[in-house]
Amino acid sequence: MPLLVEVRSFLRNLFSSRRVDGDLDREIHSHLEMLIDENIRAGMPPKEAQRAARIELGGSEQVKEQVREARIGNWLHSVLSDCRYGIRQLRKNPGFAAAAVVTLAVAIGANAVVFSALNALILRPLNVPQAQSLYATERTSDMWSYESYPNYLDLRDRNRSFDGLAAYTISQAGLDTGENPSRAWVVEVSGNYFDVLGIQPYLGRFFHGSDEHGPNSAPYIVLTYAYWHSHFQDDRGVVGRTVQLNKHPFTVVGVAPPEFHGTLLIFSPDLFVPIVDQEQVDGENLLNDRRDRWVMSAMGHLKAGVTPAQAIADLNSIGSYLKKSYPKDEDQMTFSLARPSLVSDITGRPVRAFLAGLMLLAGLILLAACANLGSLFAARAADRSREVALRLALGASRLRILRQLFTEAMLISLIGGAAGLWGSVVLLHWLSAWRPFPQFPMNVPVNPDANVYGVALLLALASGFLSGAVPVRQVLSTDPYEIVKSGSISRGRRVTVRDLLLAVQIAICAVLVTSSMVAVRGLARSLHSHFGFEPRNAMLVDTALNMAGYGVDRVPTMQRRMIDAMETIPGVTSVGLVSIPPLHMGWNSSKVFTDETTDLRPSNAAAEAIMYNISPEYFHAAGTALLAGRDFTWHDDKNAPRIAVVNWEFASRIFGSTTDTMGRYYKMPNGTRIQVVGIVEDGKYTANLTEDPQPAMFLPILQSPSNETYLVVRSNRDPQQIAAAMRSKLRDLDAGLPSFIQTWNEEMNGALFASRMATASLGILGVMGAMLSITGIFGMAAYSVTKRLKELGIRMALGAQRKEVLQAALGRAFKLLALGSAAGLLLGIVATRVLAFIVYQATPRDPLVLTGVVVVMALLGLLATWIPAQRALSIDPAMLLREE
Amino acid sequence: MQAEQTTILQGTLDMLILKSLVAGEMHGLGVSRRIEQLTGGTFSVKPGSLFPALHRMEEEGWISAFWGDSENNRRAKYYRLTKAGRKQLEVETRRWGRISWAIAQALEA
Repeated sequence: MPLLVEVRSFLRNLFSSRRVDGDLDREIHSHLEMLIDENIRAGMPPKEAQRAARIELGGSEQVKEQVREARIGNWLHSVLSDCRYGIRQLRKNPGFAAAAVVTLAVAIGANAVVFSALNALILRPLNVPQAQSLYATERTSDMWSYESYPNYLDLRDRNRSFDGLAAYTISQAGLDTGENPSRAWVVEVSGNYFDVLGIQPYLGRFFHGSDEHGPNSAPYIVLTYAYWHSHFQDDRGVVGRTVQLNKHPFTVVGVAPPEFHGTLLIFSPDLFVPIVDQEQVDGENLLNDRRDRWVMSAMGHLKAGVTPAQAIADLNSIGSYLKKSYPKDEDQMTFSLARPSLVSDITGRPVRAFLAGLMLLAGLILLAACANLGSLFAARAADRSREVALRLALGASRLRILRQLFTEAMLISLIGGAAGLWGSVVLLHWLSAWRPFPQFPMNVPVNPDANVYGVALLLALASGFLSGAVPVRQVLSTDPYEIVKSGSISRGRRVTVRDLLLAVQIAICAVLVTSSMVAVRGLARSLHSHFGFEPRNAMLVDTALNMAGYGVDRVPTMQRRMIDAMETIPGVTSVGLVSIPPLHMGWNSSKVFTDETTDLRPSNAAAEAIMYNISPEYFHAAGTALLAGRDFTWHDDKNAPRIAVVNWEFASRIFGSTTDTMGRYYKMPNGTRIQVVGIVEDGKYTANLTEDPQPAMFLPILQSPSNETYLVVRSNRDPQQIAAAMRSKLRDLDAGLPSFIQTWNEEMNGALFASRMATASLGILGVMGAMLSITGIFGMAAYSVTKRLKELGIRMALGAQRKEVLQAALGRAFKLLALGSAAGLLLGIVATRVLAFIVYQATPRDPLVLTGVVVVMALLGLLATWIPAQRALSIDPAMLLREE
Repeated sequence: MQAEQTTILQGTLDMLILKSLVAGEMHGLGVSRRIEQLTGGTFSVKPGSLFPALHRMEEEGWISAFWGDSENNRRAKYYRLTKAGRKQLEVETRRWGRISWAIAQALEA
């Protein structure tokens, strides 16, 4: 079998190469002997015979080399020997090797981390069967996927495109398993949820669509694996047990599989309950309210053969049916489809834009690193021109020499890539376990998978190739004769590839420095900007009355008692209550109408206003300035006329002016007329510091009750002490009431999270860019000083001043630095437009940023050229000229 | 030496080596001399082409190698045709026949 023979030969060549070579040696030797014998027989004298034989053989080493090249597996052999040679070269030059490896490790590591995030949040499909056909519905008008429950039911029952449509929403509830009641994160899901997603229980059973028989009809709980593991210690007997959810008995029917965390990507809930139990879980029943869009998302698998476009057309026809059937509730409704993992496009898009931008910057870092390495390689190739020339003269092919150089570049980049990947894996493990919000269970699945490893390998190979390709032309144009004769290359060209590379690299680094400075400035501004309230010296208590079993009738008295209790704590200056604090992760809003509007269909609304239910004194406690009119009192209750305090934006948007607003009326969607009694300053409301001014209205808690209760406690004392006092007061009122106390600043970390993350990542990238430009400029400057040592020595001997020497040695480096920085600054200004999505008031046209970038780049240049400059100045011309 | 000698056409070297081994096992120098003899001195194979070809063909399994004693009692590496080698020779002969016929046609036209 020829194939077997070939495999045998391959293995023999690979593993017993010494024996194979010895065999070849003897064969060639015997061949030569036989040739001599032949010549002697032909009558030549022995010396002549030997000479003729050697001529006919034509150089035994060359013949042997030719045989070796013909062998199977020769490429592997020569690659291995190239590698050995490369490693020897690198060990001879440990400084160069270390600098190159570290540069690449940092660049590839940064790319691996950013790509992992991109992979986890965007590229990787949800961990459910057939994720590629799973879509969530989304309104095109606002790009939210929220729906009201009746609308969801219509979408579910009337569509012909989905294999079932499931819905879910997120909530919190108090879970009492017989010990202390604790707060649990609950996913309220439609009965068909698990069946639509195709998830099988790990233990027990799931509930199904057939379990739903109207409100509060399905008291079943499915635990997530993680919660079962941490709170029930993997007790298999938990199935069938009855627990109290908000003081209502529920039966645990099953446990979800370990890898299933629901369909919201970064959220890790504790348990699942049927959405029909909403009243028991949330404390209010919105199952019949067509206007309140509280169901987070409806989603399902498209039927086989149905395209997304057909499904959208189908949904739109249901939309027009709903508009026709419920003209008072519904506007023109059009739909689009979205991937269900990031709630909806309105949150998904900035995340995607940011990650894409970050990936771009990380790519630039890698490119800068490659340019850096490339110029290092080019400098080395120039230094080694004598060696290259010698090898060429001895008959090595240029291809062979290039391959050697590429092997070295690849070696460095693979080692660097491996180091970078290792670093990023460590970082990512740490990130996966990171819980930025103590209250919100995050599940950030950024652990690297095969994609990440593949990308890192590809990047390493590509950067090896890119940086190895830089000196190719130099090698190809090497003229061995000239070099061996004259000792070094004298180039006439003014601008070399190396110069260009350095300029490009400096430009890239300037982009990175610019964007990180813009981000840092933005963050600094956002921290000192005006929120419309004063988070300093205020504590926030999140109480969950519904979880402690307070019904609608008992909530107001309990709220009043809590406020009174807080006010008795020494050091507390004011206490207020708000349904959901501004800049929180969630908020309520409602359409509002001018008083003249009679047809209250949604399209006639004057505005969508953020809605807060507050107690008297809230504005005091929150530090919100009342611009005109009056605050609420405890007399503004159900029996008093309906009133509101609105913000500046609301007044100017609804009434067209802010001067004669007081005492005027506007309408709520249900037709209630509300009189404005006060105006407060504008603020930031939704969890987004970059928002435009939004209309907001504040309603008295006694007229618009809310069971969502946050107490704002302003004091002049230490937060720790106050918190302890508050905790004990709350325990006195009701020991079974779950509550969470933190400072308002801590609570706001959620709102500032995005811009903080952006700043942190951009800051890190900026530092990396700065590091790269230092090494790049340093390499270039040091190299040019070394190359021109002799010339500089002569200049000094002829009486050149220090300034002139420096100019000769480093003039070019500085010129490149200035050029590159200018280009980078311009590019950075363009690039930071993208940042404006995320970073608060990110504007590059900020004089501080502009001068900052210039100063930083100049400092970097000084730092990087300091050592080479010192070296140039310390040249002793006499010594130098004597040595040469 | 001989002005008539031509470098071996690409691809024909293998065929000539196989053909020369049909007569029996032979060492490298023997193969070289045999080819000169077979082609009436038109082709001479230099060691720089001969040995790489021999080693490659051995790796492909067309010939096998062993050490033996030469006519002058020197140790020499001998090559022998294998079954696969015989088959290969047939293939190459047929291919060569087609090529030479085609070239002859082309030149006559």
